[in-house]
Amino acid sequence: MSELTRMTAAELSAALAAEEVSATEVTRAHLDRIAAVDDRVHAFLHVAADSALAGAAAVDARRQAGERLGPLAGVPVAVKDVFTTVGMPTTCGSRILAGWHPPYDATITRRLKRAGAIILGKTNMDEFAMGSSTENSAFGPSHNPWDLDKIPGGSSGGSAAAVAAYEAPLAIGTDTGGSIRQPAAVCGIVGTKPTYGGSSRYGVVAFASSLDTPGPFGRTVLDAALLHEAMSGHDPCDSTSIDAPVPPVVAAARQADVSGMRIGVVTELSGDGYQPGVLSRFAEAVELLESLGAKVTEVSCPHFRYALPAYYLIAPSEASSNLARFDAMRYGLRVGDDGTRDAEEVMALTRAAGFGAEVKRRIILGTYALSSGYYDAYYGKAQQVRTLIIRDFDAAFGQVDVLVSPATPTTAFAIGERADDPMAMYLADLCTIPSDLAGNAAISVPCGLAPEDGLPVGLQVMAPALADDRLYRVAAAAEAAFTGRWGRPLLAEAKGLNS
Amino acid sequence: MTTMDTLVPFAEALDRYEPVIGLETHVELGTRTKMFCGCTTVFGGEPNSQVCPVCLGLPGSLPVVNRMAIEYAIRIGLALDCSIASWCRFARKNYFYPDMPKDFQISQYDEPLCTNGWLDVPVDGVIVRVGIERVHLEEDTGKSLHVGGATGRIHGADYSLVDYNRAGIPLVEIVTKPIEGTGAAAPEVARAYVTELRDLVRALGVSDVRMEEGSLRCDVNTSLAPRGSDRWGTRTETKNVNSLRSVERSVRFEIERQAAVLDAGGRVIQETRHFHEDTGSTTSGRSKEEAQDYRYFPEPDLVPVAPSDEWVAQIRAALPEPPAARRARLQAEWGLSDADMAALNAEALDLVAETVAAGASPADARKWWLQELARRANETGTELARLAITPAQVARIADLVATGTLNDRLARDVIDAVLAGEGDPDQVVAARGLAVVSDEGALTAAADEAIAANPDVADKVRDGKVAAVGPLVGAVMRATGGKADAARVRELILERLGQS
Repeated sequence: MSELTRMTAAELSAALAAEEVSATEVTRAHLDRIAAVDDRVHAFLHVAADSALAGAAAVDARRQAGERLGPLAGVPVAVKDVFTTVGMPTTCGSRILAGWHPPYDATITRRLKRAGAIILGKTNMDEFAMGSSTENSAFGPSHNPWDLDKIPGGSSGGSAAAVAAYEAPLAIGTDTGGSIRQPAAVCGIVGTKPTYGGSSRYGVVAFASSLDTPGPFGRTVLDAALLHEAMSGHDPCDSTSIDAPVPPVVAAARQADVSGMRIGVVTELSGDGYQPGVLSRFAEAVELLESLGAKVTEVSCPHFRYALPAYYLIAPSEASSNLARFDAMRYGLRVGDDGTRDAEEVMALTRAAGFGAEVKRRIILGTYALSSGYYDAYYGKAQQVRTLIIRDFDAAFGQVDVLVSPATPTTAFAIGERADDPMAMYLADLCTIPSDLAGNAAISVPCGLAPEDGLPVGLQVMAPALADDRLYRVAAAAEAAFTGRWGRPLLAEAKGLNS
Repeated sequence: MTTMDTLVPFAEALDRYEPVIGLETHVELGTRTKMFCGCTTVFGGEPNSQVCPVCLGLPGSLPVVNRMAIEYAIRIGLALDCSIASWCRFARKNYFYPDMPKDFQISQYDEPLCTNGWLDVPVDGVIVRVGIERVHLEEDTGKSLHVGGATGRIHGADYSLVDYNRAGIPLVEIVTKPIEGTGAAAPEVARAYVTELRDLVRALGVSDVRMEEGSLRCDVNTSLAPRGSDRWGTRTETKNVNSLRSVERSVRFEIERQAAVLDAGGRVIQETRHFHEDTGSTTSGRSKEEAQDYRYFPEPDLVPVAPSDEWVAQIRAALPEPPAARRARLQAEWGLSDADMAALNAEALDLVAETVAAGASPADARKWWLQELARRANETGTELARLAITPAQVARIADLVATGTLNDRLARDVIDAVLAGEGDPDQVVAARGLAVVSDEGALTAAADEAIAANPDVADKVRDGKVAAVGPLVGAVMRATGGKADAARVRELILERLGQS
């Protein structure tokens, strides 16, 4: 493996700025790495080698011309296949969009391009971001670089796997119920769900509009912060985008200091159903933070236990409406249009053939929850629960600066293990869903390996809306202390690719 | 679809039943850009040339509310004396149809922007107050063209074409409260309400309200209750009734049809019905009893709309004079009779007012627009306001007549020339040499010539039969190519024959 693919984004950025290495060399090294390992990892649905190299050449030319470029100029990024990208397909992991080439860039795609970041390609995901394992991708699952028989998490599993397998130093994903933090946790990397509205949804194919939040992946906290800063900020094309300055996440990652911070351990996010190794590593992380000068207390959020059921009413309800547009009339798959069928039949046949089982399950759930006579009992009630969860957070953040919990109840499970058990699959997002419902910010940072299976465990840190910088202070402090204790980055232990 | 309905004669139906009507009117707002994106709203563009990812509902695209559309809707709400919500949301109305890009329509459901107002409607000199239930905002759909098949509807068509230029154009839906107690006047009330609403919306400057272009569309609800009953009957909803006359006819037809159904012991089906211009009848559309469940829920892609009190106050302060008040004021100012005013619809009223403002007398302005120009508009099938002549030009022509430069016949020629694009009235007069011949010498010579050529007629006039002078005047007019002032010619001839 080339040294270049081992470097962090921050290191690459410095080397590129110093012209010790060219963007073309960096890009080529990552494309080579993808070519070498992606048949085993299957992180990518589409590798954009030509446009990546062209983009790299352009960055090199600008730098040679003496232009001062931003920190991501020449740094490769992998993009979840839910962001629209001109010049590349966008499938959302679904057959129904196979072959669709969007005519416009997502705001975040545009920002990355403008920042000179090199888009390597589009990463695999659970179909329409519905799932926790990438097994719901119509194009086959991605594999966890720690153990290729395990899931890389989901729905942004391709992005997490790409970063963990050194195919890309950075990747972007979306988090609706934990789709960034859970894959980051089970792949042993860093992943952030920014404050809802802090990163633009324009050009992000919607799953659940009130929850979907784009965010960064990196192998280090600082890398995630660099990408977080570059992709965020107000977007007039997204009405739910917040018109406020981006929290100083990069500075916070460099500060890496928790002394005097008040940290609350959420009582409800532990106990039964949690893997012992996850709980022990989490406990260690809490002790570590305390040893670094944080004041740790236990905080109760009594309504968190209703988060999962509320989520599984709100998200499918919005999805049932958001996914209606895939009707074979304007783009994407069209089935049965042989001149004998009317539009309604073609719509039905296309949707039957184009959507996978989980997507159909959620469309049906959501359609039911919104239907006349059931709305109040389901969608309406779930929104009330959402309010109660927000109040729990408000009360908690009145006492502490951040909350912590395990990022996931278990480490990576085997591919196929939960495929036929939706409820078991849904539990993978138990710890991450509350922050999505509340719209606040949360991060997952590696905190060691579970002794029983040797797989990574994630520490989740949650902060109030627009206090994303606190996440990075805590995560960077934990990362520095852990790396010091381990003697090397956790990911160095990953043996799935024997490299 | 082709089964003939049995009808009961209107008067007979009214003997036994009391109609209740309600109207849902959609007005396309005249904002420069669409409801949720920056695409232009200009009518008549090449199909699918005024679209973008947002109004095509492409995956990933998001709506952003057009502030001007909110302002226009508030303007309508205030003019209808509605309460304006201080906080309300958009909602998604979910149903599948090919001309709806997202397969849901962004509309408003239980939180409309404006509620609870009224509109006073003159019907045969009596004012009927129509209650307004709500005014809300939504986006228009695309336009389908179903090719082949008998009905022109999607079912049975060979194929369909969709134009998304209209998709996303802001629509305001104005819903009346049930209108009761109008009896036999129900069809007229319906028509008068739409007329009054149209004039109001036009006066507000928020839409060009052209029914023939679909920028004002009506759904008309009608139900019948047996006289003496305290319960309303089942209503039908006649969709897309697209002219004032059709509004009236559709109510009349439904009253006659429903009365027949009820007389026969039948039950009126709650359904949507389609109105047919050619026959004046309605036919059954899809039944609402197997009703679609639209699964409304608050639109999560948009933040709530919360117009501030200051903003609403500003909009209120800038409202124009209400059409009814303005009409009364102008009538008084112009000194026109009720009958004269009645002939002026809102469009003509505006044109006359502008012509008066440009210097013409009210009587002249009214005469030129309602006689000469209305005839030409009729002949060419255009609307008065779309004739290629401005109120200022009409005022100038009236002035040229008043000062004797033109007579009425010449003025008509000038109008033709202006309409043909030959320029301003003064340019036309100069270019065509249309000015009245006012050279007394030339006229006197022509008069003498006419007298000499028609000695018999001249003698009769000399004998006191002044009324016989016509042929002599005609001869002079012919001799001057019509460019003389006929009154002056008559005067002159009588003078020469000793009859002045």
